Amino acid sequence: MKTITVNIVTPDGPVYDSEVSMVIAVTATGEMGILPGHIPTVAPLGIGAVRLKKENSTELAAVSGGFLEVRPDKVTILAQSAELATDIDLARAQESARRAEAMLQANKGEVDFQRAELALRRAKNRINVYEGNI
Amino acid sequence: MASLRDIKNRITSTKKTSQITRAMQMVSASKLNRAELNAKAFVPYMEKIQEVVASIAAGSNDTSHAMMTTRPVQKTAYLVITSDRGLVGGYNSNILRTVMSKIRQRHTSNDEFVILSIGRKGRDFFAKQGMTILDSAIALPDHPSFADIKEITRKAVGMFSDGTYDEVYMYYNHFVSAIQQEVTEKKVLPLTDIETTGSTASYEFDPSAEAILEVLLPQYAESLIFGAVLDGKASEHAASMTAMKSATDNASELIDGLTLSYNRARQAAITQEITEIVGGAAALE
Repeated sequence: MKTITVNIVTPDGPVYDSEVSMVIAVTATGEMGILPGHIPTVAPLGIGAVRLKKENSTELAAVSGGFLEVRPDKVTILAQSAELATDIDLARAQESARRAEAMLQANKGEVDFQRAELALRRAKNRINVYEGNI
Repeated sequence: MASLRDIKNRITSTKKTSQITRAMQMVSASKLNRAELNAKAFVPYMEKIQEVVASIAAGSNDTSHAMMTTRPVQKTAYLVITSDRGLVGGYNSNILRTVMSKIRQRHTSNDEFVILSIGRKGRDFFAKQGMTILDSAIALPDHPSFADIKEITRKAVGMFSDGTYDEVYMYYNHFVSAIQQEVTEKKVLPLTDIETTGSTASYEFDPSAEAILEVLLPQYAESLIFGAVLDGKASEHAASMTAMKSATDNASELIDGLTLSYNRARQAAITQEITEIVGGAAALE
Protein backbone atom coordinates (compact mmCIF):
# COMPACT_ATOMS: atom_id res chain seq x y z
CA MET A 1 0.00 0.00 0.00
CA LYS A 2 1.28 3.44 -0.91
CA THR A 3 2.06 5.76 1.94
CA ILE A 4 2.75 9.43 2.43
CA THR A 5 4.98 11.08 5.03
CA VAL A 6 3.23 13.37 7.48
CA ASN A 7 4.99 15.98 9.55
CA ILE A 8 3.22 18.09 12.13
CA VAL A 9 5.41 21.00 13.17
CA THR A 10 4.74 23.70 15.76
CA PRO A 11 6.89 26.59 16.99
CA ASP A 12 7.65 24.48 20.07
CA GLY A 13 9.05 21.66 17.99
CA PRO A 14 7.96 18.73 15.83
CA VAL A 15 4.91 16.83 17.10
CA TYR A 16 4.46 14.03 14.63
CA ASP A 17 6.48 12.36 11.92
CA SER A 18 5.31 9.14 10.34
CA GLU A 19 4.12 7.33 7.23
CA VAL A 20 0.37 7.12 6.77
CA SER A 21 -1.92 6.03 4.00
CA MET A 22 -4.36 8.92 4.20
CA VAL A 23 -4.66 12.30 5.89
CA ILE A 24 -7.98 14.02 6.52
CA ALA A 25 -7.86 17.61 7.73
CA VAL A 26 -10.36 20.41 8.26
CA THR A 27 -9.38 23.31 6.03
CA ALA A 28 -11.00 26.72 5.77
CA THR A 29 -13.17 25.53 2.88
CA GLY A 30 -14.13 22.16 4.30
CA GLU A 31 -12.76 18.72 4.93
CA MET A 32 -9.91 17.63 2.74
CA GLY A 33 -8.64 14.11 2.26
CA ILE A 34 -5.13 13.60 1.00
CA LEU A 35 -3.82 10.40 -0.52
CA PRO A 36 -0.27 9.72 -1.70
CA GLY A 37 0.49 11.47 -5.00
CA HIS A 38 -1.66 14.51 -4.30
CA ILE A 39 -1.00 17.64 -6.36
CA PRO A 40 1.12 20.24 -4.47
CA THR A 41 -1.33 22.31 -2.47
CA VAL A 42 -1.39 24.87 0.30
CA ALA A 43 -4.53 25.38 2.39
CA PRO A 44 -5.24 27.17 5.65
CA LEU A 45 -6.47 25.03 8.53
CA GLY A 46 -9.25 25.79 10.93
CA ILE A 47 -9.62 24.58 14.50
CA GLY A 48 -10.23 20.90 14.13
CA ALA A 49 -9.01 17.38 14.17
CA VAL A 50 -6.53 15.86 11.77
CA ARG A 51 -7.10 12.18 11.10
CA LEU A 52 -4.03 10.17 10.22
CA LYS A 53 -5.10 6.86 8.70
CA LYS A 54 -2.70 3.98 8.75
CA GLU A 55 -3.32 0.51 7.39
CA ASN A 56 -5.51 -0.65 10.22
CA SER A 57 -5.51 2.15 12.75
CA THR A 58 -6.32 5.84 12.86
CA GLU A 59 -4.50 8.45 14.88
CA LEU A 60 -6.02 11.76 15.82
CA ALA A 61 -4.42 15.14 16.44
CA ALA A 62 -5.99 18.37 17.63
CA VAL A 63 -4.75 21.28 15.55
CA SER A 64 -5.53 24.96 15.78
CA GLY A 65 -4.49 27.72 13.44
CA GLY A 66 -1.97 27.23 10.71
CA PHE A 67 -1.87 25.64 7.33
CA LEU A 68 -1.25 22.50 5.40
CA GLU A 69 1.36 22.03 2.74
CA VAL A 70 0.95 19.04 0.44
CA ARG A 71 3.50 17.55 -1.90
CA PRO A 72 3.13 14.29 -3.79
CA ASP A 73 5.14 12.35 -1.21
CA LYS A 74 4.85 14.54 1.85
CA VAL A 75 2.34 16.45 3.92
CA THR A 76 3.48 19.14 6.32
CA ILE A 77 1.11 20.65 8.82
CA LEU A 78 2.34 23.92 10.30
CA ALA A 79 0.21 24.87 13.25
CA GLN A 80 0.56 27.28 16.14
CA SER A 81 -0.45 24.46 18.40
CA ALA A 82 -0.95 20.78 17.77
CA GLU A 83 -1.30 17.78 20.04
CA LEU A 84 -1.75 14.10 19.41
CA ALA A 85 -4.77 12.57 21.12
CA THR A 86 -2.46 10.67 23.45
CA ASP A 87 -0.67 13.86 24.54
CA ILE A 88 -3.75 15.87 25.38
CA ASP A 89 -4.17 16.92 28.98
CA LEU A 90 -7.89 16.35 29.41
CA ALA A 91 -8.17 18.12 32.74
CA ARG A 92 -6.54 21.23 31.32
CA ALA A 93 -8.77 21.24 28.26
CA GLN A 94 -11.87 20.91 30.41
CA GLU A 95 -10.64 23.66 32.69
CA SER A 96 -10.08 26.07 29.79
CA ALA A 97 -13.47 25.15 28.31
CA ARG A 98 -15.06 26.07 31.64
CA ARG A 99 -13.13 29.32 31.78
CA ALA A 100 -14.13 30.24 28.24
CA GLU A 101 -17.78 29.48 29.00
CA ALA A 102 -17.64 31.68 32.07
CA MET A 103 -16.16 34.48 29.95
CA LEU A 104 -18.95 34.06 27.39
CA GLN A 105 -21.53 34.33 30.16
CA ALA A 106 -19.89 37.44 31.59
CA ASN A 107 -19.97 38.96 28.08
CA LYS A 108 -17.42 41.75 28.30
CA GLY A 109 -17.31 43.49 24.95
CA GLU A 110 -16.81 42.34 21.38
CA VAL A 111 -13.11 41.41 21.46
CA ASP A 112 -13.29 39.37 24.65
CA PHE A 113 -16.33 37.60 23.34
CA GLN A 114 -14.57 36.54 20.16
CA ARG A 115 -11.53 35.41 22.06
CA ALA A 116 -13.57 33.39 24.51
CA GLU A 117 -15.45 31.80 21.67
CA LEU A 118 -12.23 30.77 19.96
CA ALA A 119 -10.81 29.48 23.23
CA LEU A 120 -13.95 27.44 23.77
CA ARG A 121 -13.74 25.94 20.29
CA ARG A 122 -10.10 25.01 20.81
CA ALA A 123 -10.84 23.42 24.17
CA LYS A 124 -13.87 21.51 22.79
CA ASN A 125 -11.75 20.35 19.87
CA ARG A 126 -9.14 18.97 22.30
CA ILE A 127 -11.75 17.19 24.36
CA ASN A 128 -13.34 15.67 21.25
CA VAL A 129 -10.03 14.50 19.90
CA TYR A 130 -9.10 13.02 23.27
CA GLU A 131 -12.33 11.11 23.46
CA GLY A 132 -12.07 10.13 19.80
CA ASN A 133 -15.58 11.27 18.87
CA ILE A 134 -15.06 13.05 15.59
CA MET B 1 46.74 48.01 58.37
CA ALA B 2 43.52 46.05 58.74
CA SER B 3 43.40 43.75 61.71
CA LEU B 4 43.58 40.00 61.38
CA ARG B 5 39.92 39.61 62.22
CA ASP B 6 38.82 42.18 59.61
CA ILE B 7 40.72 40.41 56.89
CA LYS B 8 39.37 37.04 57.98
CA ASN B 9 35.82 38.40 57.80
CA ARG B 10 36.34 39.76 54.32
CA ILE B 11 37.75 36.44 53.14
CA THR B 12 34.76 34.53 54.50
CA SER B 13 32.21 36.86 52.96
CA THR B 14 33.94 36.92 49.57
CA LYS B 15 34.06 33.12 49.65
CA LYS B 16 30.33 32.97 50.27
CA THR B 17 29.65 35.38 47.41
CA SER B 18 31.77 33.31 45.08
CA GLN B 19 29.86 30.18 46.05
CA ILE B 20 26.64 31.90 45.07
CA THR B 21 27.97 33.22 41.78
CA ARG B 22 29.42 29.80 40.97
CA ALA B 23 26.05 28.19 41.58
CA MET B 24 24.36 30.82 39.41
CA GLN B 25 26.88 30.17 36.68
CA MET B 26 26.05 26.48 36.68
CA VAL B 27 22.31 27.16 36.66
CA SER B 28 22.74 29.47 33.69
CA ALA B 29 24.86 26.90 31.91
CA SER B 30 22.14 24.28 32.15
CA LYS B 31 19.48 26.79 31.16
CA LEU B 32 21.59 27.72 28.16
CA ASN B 33 21.61 24.08 27.08
CA ARG B 34 17.83 23.93 27.23
CA ALA B 35 17.49 27.25 25.43
CA GLU B 36 19.70 26.05 22.61
CA LEU B 37 17.60 22.91 22.25
CA ASN B 38 14.42 25.02 22.15
CA ALA B 39 15.88 27.25 19.50
CA LYS B 40 16.81 24.16 17.52
CA ALA B 41 13.31 22.70 17.83
CA PHE B 42 11.91 25.87 16.32
CA VAL B 43 14.11 25.75 13.21
CA PRO B 44 12.06 23.24 11.15
CA TYR B 45 8.89 25.28 11.67
CA MET B 46 10.58 28.52 10.65
CA GLU B 47 12.24 26.96 7.62
CA LYS B 48 9.00 25.47 6.38
CA ILE B 49 6.97 28.61 6.82
CA GLN B 50 9.68 30.63 5.08
CA GLU B 51 9.70 28.20 2.20
CA VAL B 52 5.95 28.39 1.67
CA VAL B 53 5.84 32.17 2.00
CA ALA B 54 8.70 32.47 -0.47
CA SER B 55 7.07 30.16 -2.97
CA ILE B 56 3.78 32.03 -2.82
CA ALA B 57 5.57 35.35 -3.14
CA ALA B 58 7.63 34.06 -6.07
CA GLY B 59 4.82 32.16 -7.78
CA SER B 60 2.40 35.04 -8.04
CA ASN B 61 3.82 38.48 -8.59
CA ASP B 62 0.45 40.16 -8.65
CA THR B 63 -0.53 39.00 -5.18
CA SER B 64 0.03 41.81 -2.80
CA HIS B 65 -0.95 41.96 0.81
CA ALA B 66 -1.14 44.88 3.20
CA MET B 67 1.62 43.28 5.27
CA MET B 68 3.99 43.13 2.30
CA THR B 69 3.58 46.66 1.01
CA THR B 70 5.56 49.59 2.32
CA ARG B 71 3.45 52.58 3.20
CA PRO B 72 4.41 56.12 4.17
CA VAL B 73 5.75 55.93 7.68
CA GLN B 74 4.07 58.10 10.26
CA LYS B 75 4.79 56.00 13.25
CA THR B 76 7.41 53.38 13.90
CA ALA B 77 7.26 50.64 16.47
CA TYR B 78 10.34 49.30 18.20
CA LEU B 79 10.04 45.83 19.63
CA VAL B 80 12.81 45.42 22.16
CA ILE B 81 13.64 42.09 23.73
CA THR B 82 15.46 42.35 27.05
CA SER B 83 15.66 40.25 30.18
CA ASP B 84 13.57 40.53 33.32
CA ARG B 85 16.45 40.61 35.76
CA GLY B 86 19.96 41.95 35.94
CA LEU B 87 23.17 40.02 36.64
CA VAL B 88 23.55 39.39 32.94
CA GLY B 89 26.59 41.54 32.18
CA GLY B 90 26.17 43.88 29.25
CA TYR B 91 23.16 42.03 27.86
CA ASN B 92 20.56 44.71 28.53
CA SER B 93 22.72 47.81 28.36
CA ASN B 94 24.10 46.89 24.92
CA ILE B 95 20.67 46.48 23.45
CA LEU B 96 19.19 49.57 25.08
CA ARG B 97 22.13 51.69 23.96
CA THR B 98 21.71 50.53 20.37
CA VAL B 99 17.98 51.21 20.39
CA MET B 100 18.45 54.66 21.89
CA SER B 101 21.07 55.68 19.33
CA LYS B 102 18.86 54.43 16.47
CA ILE B 103 15.89 56.31 17.85
CA ARG B 104 17.92 59.51 18.17
CA GLN B 105 19.13 59.12 14.60
CA ARG B 106 15.71 58.57 13.13
CA HIS B 107 13.37 60.66 15.23
CA THR B 108 13.20 64.11 16.66
CA SER B 109 10.20 63.74 18.92
CA ASN B 110 8.74 61.03 21.11
CA ASP B 111 5.46 61.14 19.15
CA GLU B 112 7.01 59.54 16.10
CA PHE B 113 7.48 56.12 17.57
CA VAL B 114 6.19 53.65 20.12
CA ILE B 115 7.85 50.92 22.11
CA LEU B 116 6.79 47.33 22.50
CA SER B 117 8.79 45.68 25.20
CA ILE B 118 9.43 42.05 25.99
CA GLY B 119 11.27 41.97 29.30
CA ARG B 120 11.06 44.09 32.45
CA LYS B 121 14.41 45.88 32.05
CA GLY B 122 13.45 47.35 28.70
CA ARG B 123 10.03 48.40 29.89
CA ASP B 124 11.42 50.19 32.95
CA PHE B 125 14.12 51.89 30.93
CA PHE B 126 11.82 53.29 28.26
CA ALA B 127 9.24 54.32 30.81
CA LYS B 128 11.92 56.32 32.59
CA GLN B 129 12.80 58.01 29.30
CA GLY B 130 9.19 59.10 28.99
CA MET B 131 8.52 57.13 25.83
CA THR B 132 5.21 55.58 24.87
CA ILE B 133 5.07 51.90 25.68
CA LEU B 134 2.14 50.41 23.83
CA ASP B 135 2.48 46.94 25.25
CA SER B 136 4.87 44.84 27.23
CA ALA B 137 5.30 41.24 28.20
CA ILE B 138 7.18 40.60 31.40
CA ALA B 139 7.99 37.62 33.58
CA LEU B 140 8.35 35.22 30.69
CA PRO B 141 9.47 31.77 31.75
CA ASP B 142 13.10 30.81 31.12
CA HIS B 143 12.02 28.56 28.31
CA PRO B 144 9.07 30.30 26.72
CA SER B 145 6.67 28.31 24.59
CA PHE B 146 4.78 29.88 21.74
CA ALA B 147 1.67 30.19 23.89
CA ASP B 148 3.58 32.42 26.35
CA ILE B 149 4.29 35.15 23.84
CA LYS B 150 1.28 34.68 21.55
CA GLU B 151 -0.49 37.58 23.22
CA ILE B 152 2.14 40.22 22.48
CA THR B 153 3.03 38.95 19.01
CA ARG B 154 -0.62 38.96 18.01
CA LYS B 155 -1.00 42.52 19.27
CA ALA B 156 2.23 43.63 17.58
CA VAL B 157 1.10 42.27 14.25
CA GLY B 158 -2.52 43.37 14.76
CA MET B 159 -1.59 46.98 15.48
CA PHE B 160 0.42 47.09 12.28
CA SER B 161 -2.58 45.80 10.33
CA ASP B 162 -4.97 48.34 11.81
CA GLY B 163 -2.59 51.21 11.13
CA THR B 164 -1.47 52.12 14.64
CA TYR B 165 2.05 52.14 13.23
CA ASP B 166 3.53 51.65 9.80
CA GLU B 167 6.69 49.69 10.40
CA VAL B 168 8.11 47.45 13.08
CA TYR B 169 11.76 47.03 13.98
CA MET B 170 12.86 44.35 16.37
CA TYR B 171 15.97 44.39 18.55
CA TYR B 172 17.39 41.38 20.27
CA ASN B 173 20.68 39.78 21.19
CA HIS B 174 21.59 37.17 18.64
CA PHE B 175 23.30 34.14 20.15
CA VAL B 176 26.64 33.61 18.43
CA SER B 177 28.41 31.56 21.07
CA ALA B 178 28.45 31.20 24.84
CA ILE B 179 30.79 34.18 25.11
CA GLN B 180 29.52 36.27 22.22
CA GLN B 181 26.13 37.81 21.62
CA GLU B 182 25.36 40.35 18.95
CA VAL B 183 22.75 43.07 19.10
CA THR B 184 20.66 42.54 16.02
CA GLU B 185 18.17 44.82 14.32
CA LYS B 186 15.52 43.24 12.18
CA LYS B 187 12.68 44.79 10.26
CA VAL B 188 9.66 42.61 10.95
CA LEU B 189 6.93 44.51 9.17
CA PRO B 190 6.22 45.24 6.40
CA LEU B 191 7.59 41.97 5.10
CA THR B 192 9.60 43.27 2.20
CA ASP B 193 12.66 41.10 2.16
CA ILE B 194 11.23 37.64 1.82
CA GLU B 195 13.97 35.52 0.34
CA THR B 196 12.85 33.63 -2.71
CA THR B 197 14.66 30.34 -2.66
CA GLY B 198 15.65 28.66 -5.88
CA SER B 199 13.70 25.43 -5.52
CA THR B 200 10.15 26.61 -5.34
CA ALA B 201 7.41 24.13 -5.98
CA SER B 202 4.33 25.54 -7.62
CA TYR B 203 1.31 24.99 -5.47
CA GLU B 204 -2.41 24.86 -5.88
CA PHE B 205 -3.99 27.28 -3.47
CA ASP B 206 -7.17 26.38 -1.75
CA PRO B 207 -9.18 28.63 -1.83
CA SER B 208 -6.81 31.31 -3.22
CA ALA B 209 -3.31 32.68 -2.82
CA GLU B 210 -4.72 35.82 -1.19
CA ALA B 211 -6.67 33.83 1.38
CA ILE B 212 -3.55 31.84 2.21
CA LEU B 213 -1.47 34.97 2.63
CA GLU B 214 -4.14 36.29 4.94
CA VAL B 215 -3.45 33.38 7.30
CA LEU B 216 0.18 32.85 6.54
CA LEU B 217 1.72 36.32 6.79
CA PRO B 218 0.59 37.13 10.35
CA GLN B 219 1.74 33.69 11.36
CA TYR B 220 5.06 34.29 9.64
CA ALA B 221 5.57 37.64 11.33
CA GLU B 222 4.66 36.16 14.69
CA SER B 223 7.12 33.34 14.21
CA LEU B 224 9.87 35.83 13.37
CA ILE B 225 9.25 37.44 16.75
CA PHE B 226 9.08 34.11 18.54
CA GLY B 227 12.36 33.09 16.92
CA ALA B 228 13.96 36.28 18.19
CA VAL B 229 12.63 35.66 21.70
CA LEU B 230 14.15 32.17 21.72
CA ASP B 231 17.41 33.54 20.36
CA GLY B 232 17.34 36.32 22.97
CA LYS B 233 16.72 33.82 25.77
CA ALA B 234 19.68 31.73 24.72
CA SER B 235 21.80 34.90 24.69
CA GLU B 236 20.45 35.92 28.07
CA HIS B 237 21.46 32.64 29.69
CA ALA B 238 24.83 32.77 27.95
CA ALA B 239 25.43 36.36 29.08
CA SER B 240 24.39 35.48 32.61
CA MET B 241 26.71 32.51 32.60
CA THR B 242 29.66 34.61 31.41
CA ALA B 243 28.91 37.39 33.89
CA MET B 244 28.72 34.93 36.77
CA LYS B 245 31.89 33.20 35.64
CA SER B 246 33.85 36.45 35.68
CA ALA B 247 32.31 37.32 39.06
CA THR B 248 33.53 34.00 40.41
CA ASP B 249 36.97 34.55 38.91
CA ASN B 250 37.18 38.03 40.40
CA ALA B 251 36.14 36.69 43.78
CA SER B 252 38.85 34.05 43.82
CA GLU B 253 41.41 36.66 42.76
CA LEU B 254 40.27 38.85 45.62
CA ILE B 255 40.47 35.93 48.04
CA ASP B 256 44.03 35.21 46.91
CA GLY B 257 45.04 38.81 47.57
CA LEU B 258 43.30 38.87 50.93
CA THR B 259 44.88 35.57 51.99
CA LEU B 260 48.27 37.02 51.18
CA SER B 261 47.72 40.09 53.32
CA TYR B 262 46.19 37.92 56.06
CA ASN B 263 49.36 35.82 56.18
CA ARG B 264 51.52 38.92 56.15
CA ALA B 265 49.59 40.44 59.01
CA ARG B 266 49.80 37.19 60.96
CA GLN B 267 53.55 36.98 60.34
CA ALA B 268 53.96 40.62 61.41
CA ALA B 269 52.08 39.91 64.64
CA ILE B 270 54.27 36.89 65.40
CA THR B 271 57.44 38.82 64.64
CA GLN B 272 56.31 41.60 66.90
CA GLU B 273 55.54 39.17 69.70
CA ILE B 274 58.99 37.57 69.42
CA THR B 275 60.65 41.00 69.41
CA GLU B 276 58.73 41.88 72.57
CA ILE B 277 59.71 38.65 74.31
CA VAL B 278 63.37 39.04 73.31
CA GLY B 279 63.29 42.68 74.39
CA GLY B 280 61.69 41.72 77.72
CA ALA B 281 64.28 38.98 78.33
CA ALA B 282 67.13 41.37 77.49
CA ALA B 283 65.78 43.90 79.96
CA LEU B 284 65.89 41.28 82.75
CA GLU B 285 69.59 40.51 82.32
